[in-house]
Amino acid sequence: MRLIEAIRSALSAIMANALRSLLTMLGIVIGVAAVIAMVAIGSGARNLVDSQIRSLGANLAIVTPGNVTQGGARLGAGAASSLTDEDAQAIRREIDGVVAAAPFVQGGAQVVAGGSNWGTRIYGIDLDWFSAREWDVATGRTFDPEEVRRGDIVILLGQTVARNLFGEDDPIDQIVRVRNVPFRVIGVMASKGQSAFGQDQDDVVFVPLDAGRRRVIGRNYAKDRSVGSIFVKFANESDIEPGIESMTELLRQRHRIIGEQEDDFSIRNLTEIANTATASANTLSMLLAAVAAVSLLVGGIGIMNIMLVSVTERTREIGLRLAVGARPRDILRQFLIEATTLSTIGGALGIGLGMGVAYLVAQLAGWPSLVSTNAIFMAVGFSALVGIFFGFYPAQRAAKLDPIEALRRE
Amino acid sequence: MALIEARDLSRVYSLDAGRVVALDGVSLDIDQGDFVAVMGPSGSGKSTFMNLIGCLDRPTDGQYRLAGTAVESLDADGLARLRNREIGFVFQQFNLLPRVDALANVELPMIYAGFDRRTRREHALQALGRVGLAERAHHRPMQISGGQQQRVAIARALVNSPSLLLADEPTGALDSRTANEIMALFQELNREGVTIVLVTHDAEVGRHAQRLVRFRDGRVTEDRRQTPVDARDLASEAAE
Repeated sequence: MRLIEAIRSALSAIMANALRSLLTMLGIVIGVAAVIAMVAIGSGARNLVDSQIRSLGANLAIVTPGNVTQGGARLGAGAASSLTDEDAQAIRREIDGVVAAAPFVQGGAQVVAGGSNWGTRIYGIDLDWFSAREWDVATGRTFDPEEVRRGDIVILLGQTVARNLFGEDDPIDQIVRVRNVPFRVIGVMASKGQSAFGQDQDDVVFVPLDAGRRRVIGRNYAKDRSVGSIFVKFANESDIEPGIESMTELLRQRHRIIGEQEDDFSIRNLTEIANTATASANTLSMLLAAVAAVSLLVGGIGIMNIMLVSVTERTREIGLRLAVGARPRDILRQFLIEATTLSTIGGALGIGLGMGVAYLVAQLAGWPSLVSTNAIFMAVGFSALVGIFFGFYPAQRAAKLDPIEALRRE
Repeated sequence: MALIEARDLSRVYSLDAGRVVALDGVSLDIDQGDFVAVMGPSGSGKSTFMNLIGCLDRPTDGQYRLAGTAVESLDADGLARLRNREIGFVFQQFNLLPRVDALANVELPMIYAGFDRRTRREHALQALGRVGLAERAHHRPMQISGGQQQRVAIARALVNSPSLLLADEPTGALDSRTANEIMALFQELNREGVTIVLVTHDAEVGRHAQRLVRFRDGRVTEDRRQTPVDARDLASEAAE
């Protein structure tokens, strides 16, 4: 019997017991829908995490000062003020693959504009910051090289700060005071949204590095060229690991650290953090899919059950088919195709339902919904496999029937 | 050469209660074009004999050749092929598929013979025409009478042009008038050259055959030529 005819005959058998078939399919429908929806939701969540982490900037490493030991007490990472903007320049100059090396200082500050004020983070930065963090102004302009060189008292506001101090008004060319220093607003940064850790990245102001160091951030630096940390941006992800090695080398040289002496700085690969977070999101979505797959399995058992009932009910039909010349393998095939048709139709309905659920959840949670074509193919393939697997035993029982016994059965 | 050559056919069932000899060394030849009634009380071995010559079962002992093929050496697929090409079955309970129409029922053996859709349709319509049901081709079994259902079943048995039509109590579920009509149809088919073996315990039915074989306790006890009653006369009598 040809395949198309076998499928047509399977469909007619399925339609003959429409309600029963539908109920049987329901298991597969729900299973496949669960797989599709869970994978879509999982990858949506992963992408969200991903984009939050990547908003830090791609291919970044950060150099932070190391610990200092005072009288036997080790003060922890960042306690030293060993990094300078000259280190940053050296990194930019001498390390392969470095696109930008952005030294910065940071602190907390109360920003006052007219009658209102706002507590926020203040960063002293140089021009590399903008390329390192892939961050530009929305209105106005960034610092010009001269302003950075001289440490002019000009300021860039983050979106949150601008909104809180000026509301709907244009802050450009207004004066804000930080620690009683009057800064002229020259621009408002583009919005970056939340960081991966839930911080509002727009609640921030930027001033030239020297203006920050000298005038507002009250940290007592041992050297007046010292900076808090340095963001280093690489051209390619593959540059990062070798780059970190040669930076370590370079900084040890510059800081005159020899032999067994401990580094007075540390370098972290931020891309690695992003990858870790992505991996954990991946694990989560795999887990969700695995749970969903269990329900697919349950659906398969439902199909096996109903196929066994069907074989028993149609024993005489099987006997007749054998009598008119069907070979055992024809009978096997007929019931296998019937089970597979049942599960595949269920799978197709499940895809529709799953996509609907994924879309709905994405709408409610505000996530990007991602129904991957892979997941669809996998779901269809898997549900067909479920049909074959769970249809096999009943089909084999049908094929093994003795035609004489089968014809005699009531 | 005979169409059916049975030599010392035995069929022994091994049951929990012991061995049951259903058929005990039966030898029988049936020629092409014959119309044989196989009769006997239940348990006489006639059904076992029919299953064996119908290639639904294999003998425990003995040889059986159908249209020159040694059946006892065939595997399950070989038996299926022989049933498909050489034998048409007619059952007491018709055994039509309830979900599909008469035409599709008649097509069934041709599906397993591997014919394409158009050929099947053509031959099935021809077969239905032979049993006088061409205009009922698209009725489902539930929509036609018992006699008509049995005609559809006969058409199904004929559709692959088998060398043997094997009928097991074909009139057992029909009233006497319809039974006579069916017997008339068998006689007509036999006149057209179809070899028929009919199993029955009804002496009235057995009278329509040209040859009568009687079974008892797994052996042939009687085998004689007889003058068949022409069922068409009975059918027309019943109609009056």
